[in-house]
Amino acid sequence: MDKEQNSKNIIDEATEGEYKYGFVTNIDTHVIPKGLNEDVVRYISSIKGEPEWLLDFRLRAYRHWQKMEMPQWAHLDIPPIDFNDISYYAAPKQKEGPRSMDEVDPELRKTFDKLGISLEEQMRLSGVAVDAVMDSVSVKTTYKERLAELGVIFCSISEAVRDYPDLVKRYLGSVVPYTDNFYAALNSAVFSDGSFVYIPKGVRCPMELSTYFRINAADTGQFERTLIVADDDSYVSYLEGCTAPMRDENQLHAAIVEIVVEDRAMVKYSTVQNWYPGDKDGKGGIYNFVTKRGLCRGDFSKLSWTQVETGSAITWKYPSCVLAGDNSVGEFYSVALTNNYQQADTGTKMIHLGKNSRSTIVSKGISAGHSQNSYRGLVRVAPKATNCRNYTQCDSLLLSDTSGAHTFPYIDVRNDSSVVEHEATTSKINEEQIFYCNQRGISTEDAIGLIVNGYAKEVLTKLPMEFAVEAQKLLQVSLEGSIG
Amino acid sequence: MTAMLEINDLHAQVEGKEILKGINLTVKPGEVHAIMGPNGSGKSTLASVLAGNPAFTVTGGTVTFNGKDLLAMSPEDRSHEGLFLSFQYPVEIPGVSMVNFMRAAINEKRKYYGQEPLSASDFLKLMREKRAIVELDNKLASRSVNEGFSGGEKKRNEIFQMAMLEPRLSILDETDSGLDIDALRTVAGGVNKLKTDNNATIVITHYQRLLDYIKPDLVHVLYKGRIVKTGGPELALVLEDKGYDWIKQEFDGNKGE
Repeated sequence: MDKEQNSKNIIDEATEGEYKYGFVTNIDTHVIPKGLNEDVVRYISSIKGEPEWLLDFRLRAYRHWQKMEMPQWAHLDIPPIDFNDISYYAAPKQKEGPRSMDEVDPELRKTFDKLGISLEEQMRLSGVAVDAVMDSVSVKTTYKERLAELGVIFCSISEAVRDYPDLVKRYLGSVVPYTDNFYAALNSAVFSDGSFVYIPKGVRCPMELSTYFRINAADTGQFERTLIVADDDSYVSYLEGCTAPMRDENQLHAAIVEIVVEDRAMVKYSTVQNWYPGDKDGKGGIYNFVTKRGLCRGDFSKLSWTQVETGSAITWKYPSCVLAGDNSVGEFYSVALTNNYQQADTGTKMIHLGKNSRSTIVSKGISAGHSQNSYRGLVRVAPKATNCRNYTQCDSLLLSDTSGAHTFPYIDVRNDSSVVEHEATTSKINEEQIFYCNQRGISTEDAIGLIVNGYAKEVLTKLPMEFAVEAQKLLQVSLEGSIG
Repeated sequence: MTAMLEINDLHAQVEGKEILKGINLTVKPGEVHAIMGPNGSGKSTLASVLAGNPAFTVTGGTVTFNGKDLLAMSPEDRSHEGLFLSFQYPVEIPGVSMVNFMRAAINEKRKYYGQEPLSASDFLKLMREKRAIVELDNKLASRSVNEGFSGGEKKRNEIFQMAMLEPRLSILDETDSGLDIDALRTVAGGVNKLKTDNNATIVITHYQRLLDYIKPDLVHVLYKGRIVKTGGPELALVLEDKGYDWIKQEFDGNKGE
């Protein structure tokens, strides 16, 4: 066997891992018939008991969506999607609002246990409040009382519509209007549930707020909607993590996350995305078409995105910052790992509108198997946004000869006082590094994990502690093979 | 005393080209062997094959290491069994700290022998002790593996790792290349400090210089994939004086080429 072939085999073997979180939970699920029309939109709104203004919002979004077409500009090969072959609402059936863990469906709790996120443990040990979303309806929200003392609102968006209609009405669609793009319009029409966070003036949220998403019912699109508002001088760290069960049909996921950051407030949003990526031959997997955007509206406001993306068959996602406030700061730290036949087109937009606004982009792509991994980023500085700065670092690591890494940076600077820097590298994991580790007694699988984690370190250190550990394991698991 | 390493008629090739054409070598505990020879004679290939580098294919022969079939073991098991290779060109691993790297290595070895992982404080204490042997700066130990290290620092880092892993057999592949005289003295000093009656060392070098500091018991000359001459330390001095041409002539002449 020649040298090149040999090293290729080692890496291939170690990267042909199977998805570890593939299982389907048997829960009596309420699913409406497939198809999308105004009646479906009205049905979703009525089953949730929504006010008239929200139904209007949904209908306007639906009508607008009908006039739109799927975006085709990304470096993705997306099979045709029949939007009438999807059911737009599924809710796990259960008795009204569980008040304690005992009232939560045992099947559901088992699922969370398998994912290693038992609510009890999370509640007791980590002090993380969990708003667990299983399919479309929030199942259990914890620590609400403690947060309530501080005036922090952390609940499902359905509850927020009911209990805090003025806040929701004021901010919903203010950062991502339903006209924004095809998937945003679709989400605005049929969004099922998601999280709502409001941090009042001057409050530093004492715990990390966390949501676990999970797509469960077969053939059901999932349309989360998250809205986070950080009022003046407040701070919150929000964690989003997901795994999905294994199945063959492709599943569409089109979420929206909107964040509003007021004067001197700071929001840190961290994601570990581990949805089912499809099997080794590219069969199945989640289509993840997400619109995430934050508006740094206030002066000296700051928004920091950190994402570790290892799942989904296709990812189309650009968490962005609109830096409207003077001296506002936007950050984007990303690790995107693709393996087998996964495709990712992900990056960010930093829109500088305020004077002296600053942004940092650090993107680390990792491509294995036959996957395609693209970074796409826009840095735009408006004419009046003087003295802005952007620093972009964009690295690609290739683990196979059959995978691809691509970079599409767009830079648009409209004044002379701003400075924009862009650095990019592409490297290959090499057999010498692996053999060096082997010689010191470290197995090939562990060596690849070590090397990949070392490469992604700069981003992983931005994650909250517990999440960072999980993310490190996830990177290794996503590349792990059937060795031994 | 029984042999630690017994190489018998070892043949190996890379990319279809035969490099080792029948190596025979016996190393006993407590011995230092020097392997010398002109460029391209197969010295580094021998080191790589013994360590199990998958880029090389063994096509014949046997290697017994502490009574076990070395060639049947994975590279990591060879390491666990006590074989250490000091690389001619130590590899950089960006973002992976020396501390994490060494801890992974040490704990894998402990696992192999059914021992619990070292506690963080015991591990750091061990790091401190071993660092002193090669005068490795604390700053280097906290940096990424070999990243931004000078040539001398890389070689010193190799010997540091050797000290950490306490191998039975160390193979030093051109450890002297790229070293100035001070670095050479430090590195050789480290190797000598680690020498015991129970371990052995194979020093691969092109020049006699290193052998002033690491005294060999036996010197072998490798040429065209075979060991063509074996002698005491004085052989190295002859080679220093006369070069390799006479060896080439003698060997090629004998074969009637």
